[in-house]
Amino acid sequence: MDYDVNGTTIAADEEGYITNLSEWSKELADVIAVNEKIDMNEEHWEVVNFLRDYYEEYQIAPAVRVLIKSVKKTMGKEKGNNKYMYELFPYGPAKQACKIAGLPKPTGCV
Amino acid sequence: MSEIKKFLYVNRKAPYGTIYALESLEVVLIGAAFEQDVSLAFLDDGVFQLTKGQNTDGIGIKNFSPTYRALGDYEVTKLYVEQESLDERGLTLDDLQAVVYEDEDDDWEEKPSIRVVSRAEMADIMADQDVVLSF
Amino acid sequence: MSTLHTVNKSPFATGSLESCLAHCKDGDAVLMIEDGVYGGLAGTAVADLVQQKAGSVAIYVLSADTQARGLAADKLLQGIKGVDYDGFVDLVADHDRTQSWL
Repeated sequence: MDYDVNGTTIAADEEGYITNLSEWSKELADVIAVNEKIDMNEEHWEVVNFLRDYYEEYQIAPAVRVLIKSVKKTMGKEKGNNKYMYELFPYGPAKQACKIAGLPKPTGCV
Repeated sequence: MSEIKKFLYVNRKAPYGTIYALESLEVVLIGAAFEQDVSLAFLDDGVFQLTKGQNTDGIGIKNFSPTYRALGDYEVTKLYVEQESLDERGLTLDDLQAVVYEDEDDDWEEKPSIRVVSRAEMADIMADQDVVLSF
Repeated sequence: MSTLHTVNKSPFATGSLESCLAHCKDGDAVLMIEDGVYGGLAGTAVADLVQQKAGSVAIYVLSADTQARGLAADKLLQGIKGVDYDGFVDLVADHDRTQSWL
């Protein structure tokens, strides 16, 4: 399931995770988000950027509970909770947000 | 929920020559969801997994050494490293990257996860486990 | 509380047997399997080490693996016991945990 960004094809696996992480761009993120039926606003971007920073530092996409705990630590408990995260990303923050962030599926996520 | 068991992941291989080290790390991350009492042991060539300054750009394999620093987020906070194994390889604690965790019970104070132990202490740690998983 | 240790590599190829013996506690058992059974041979560079440990640790070889490699019983160190696959299972069941030295 590939994506098209302004005429360029970006390869993705059958679940929609891009296969070459270095091909990510903000434009691609918007395309993936549309595909996920998510209307990206500042709050979505905050989570996506957080995930990209986490991956940059640790080379893994965190499990949901780790993501929520880490967000709570850095952005406070208003954002670091299940309800907030699932409102932003109804099909799972780790799954959908990671996909939009151009990261692999979180380790241990089935 | 059943009672908490003590799990020890034993790491005895260097990081990139075989898949053992990466497999171990992935099992630890996945297994962390089960909220057991997890420890990691690094001995023999396994101590090379934690060395500083790894850069795999030239070998086309992902550098997973930064991922050890995420273990604290997964509540894996006990990384036992064997002194004799370091000595035999000309290494000291300074040659290893710092791995820390934030102690929930101590006002989130940052503490080192790596604990250097003697071979005899390592044998005691192994003998104290419910389950030993070897890599 | 005791541990069954299994070793599946030749002691002449890796340090697994030596490391295993260095971490065994009195009353533990060591079972040599696959290429690990070469560690049970008499007259080798590791024979003294194994013999010495055999006082406090029970040492076994998996008979199918010694037979496959043509290691006759009289080539093995004194005090090493051969077990078949059922014996392997009994050893696992009789100890509190099993640790593989790969």
